[in-house]
Amino acid sequence: MKCSNCQEREAVTELTKVANDQVTKIPLCERCASELGLDTTLAIGKTPLATYIAAMGQGLKDTTPLTDPGAFVCSSCGATLQDFRESGRLGCPDCYRTLGSPLRELLRRLHGATRHAGERYHPPGTVTELPSPERRGPLELREQLRRAIEAENFELAAQLRDQLKDLV
Amino acid sequence: MIDLTLLPDGGLGWLDASGPLSHLVLSTRVRLARNLSTHTFGSRNAAPERETILRDVEAASRESALIGHAVCYRMDSLDVLDRQLLHERHLVSKELAGLDAEGRVRPAAALLVQDRIGVMLNEEDHLRLQGMSSGFALEATYAQVDKLDSELGQRLPFAFHPEFGYLTSCPTNVGTGLRASVLIHLPGLVLTKEISKVLQGLGQVGLTFRGLYGEGSEVVGNFFQLSNQTTLGKSEQDLLDHLGKIVRQVIEYEEQARQVLLRDAPTIIEDKVWRAYGLLRYARTLSFDEMMNLLSGIRLGVGLKLLGEVGLYTLNKLLVHCQPAHLAAAHGLAVDDPALAMQRARYVRKLLEVDAARRG
Repeated sequence: MKCSNCQEREAVTELTKVANDQVTKIPLCERCASELGLDTTLAIGKTPLATYIAAMGQGLKDTTPLTDPGAFVCSSCGATLQDFRESGRLGCPDCYRTLGSPLRELLRRLHGATRHAGERYHPPGTVTELPSPERRGPLELREQLRRAIEAENFELAAQLRDQLKDLV
Repeated sequence: MIDLTLLPDGGLGWLDASGPLSHLVLSTRVRLARNLSTHTFGSRNAAPERETILRDVEAASRESALIGHAVCYRMDSLDVLDRQLLHERHLVSKELAGLDAEGRVRPAAALLVQDRIGVMLNEEDHLRLQGMSSGFALEATYAQVDKLDSELGQRLPFAFHPEFGYLTSCPTNVGTGLRASVLIHLPGLVLTKEISKVLQGLGQVGLTFRGLYGEGSEVVGNFFQLSNQTTLGKSEQDLLDHLGKIVRQVIEYEEQARQVLLRDAPTIIEDKVWRAYGLLRYARTLSFDEMMNLLSGIRLGVGLKLLGEVGLYTLNKLLVHCQPAHLAAAHGLAVDDPALAMQRARYVRKLLEVDAARRG
């Protein structure tokens, strides 16, 4: 998307404007945004990927001199860092391994984290280990209770606490 | 012409206004991005590889309890009007439907859909598992999509890395691959000019907002789609809980704003609501944006119990069936035909008249 101010550069952030009961999002490039007095560095989490990828290139220059451009060619799909910077898309699952630590830096900036903390995947044919049925009940309830408290859903938390009390 | 009657509810079950807090929240949507470990991502694969992916996923889906009888719509065999129709029903993304800036349908781009759950195939990621519900229902919607994820994940080798989680074409989706969003109507915050504060606040708590049709779309009729921005570093449940907590807060702010409006400007608000109703009831032409803004006024009036003539379901139906492709398909017109504005006004008048007669 082009910057709506200069109509030249790629937009990297959006200005949210409320006028006459209407909310509009105005795409802006980094330069126009800063000329308009907007601090684009504050917009982490809202800024599109392009900024980070650009930053990623700079990071690479600082830490790893790109004397060997082949260092960033994915051996599985042939995608290069250049491809990634242009499209914002990786080529295949192996690109994640190929890019390694610069990718971790990008992920940190995008997500504020580098490690997956969600469900683990068990590919077809693998056996998953689950706690015994007797253990699963209170474990699940405790987890639900923790989440309810964190989410400040106290009504649900009280119900879960009572259920847990009955169970153990 | 696409046959939407193949879907039991036309893929529109989510708009029946039966879900929790339907007067504020139109719908909840959850999607999981998944890729097959055996293929390159969507940006690099050629047509034959995409066909294989479609074939393999379709075969796996036939064994699924949730989408074993899914209807499959191939985007590359539908004309543009039909693809827009599916997009207007929130069943496919602009990209999958080839309605984005590039404007081309990718080979083997397809939608599998059964009831309120489905899979977009060969989009940016190989699979985008999605579920949609009426009202504010994050837990229930996620539970369905999670179940589908387990069913398909047992039959297909998903790309997963112990450190990075589920691998996606774009690193903004890596980890859980989860994007949960809530389509919420916030006229009170817009009228009291508090909305920009709320929207800015969202960015600071790791959430984002979009317009009526998701990514890259404009805010129309005071509908905002609130969703999680990050997908890595938190569990699925924590992401859902966080979004849920913030949405509940936004709902509270919206209710407060509405009370402020009723307290400080009751006549103005009542006038605004009834003017919107009057215009919709008698207008002879309506653009989509004008209709959406007026419907927002009516929806506010219904929420504040200032106007009892219209039901929420009617408002939701208008929102879907008065979109350009829906009207064009119903009347055999081109999607940019100026006569759509007339047909739109006629349909709105008809539905409001029926509701008024029933409720009057």
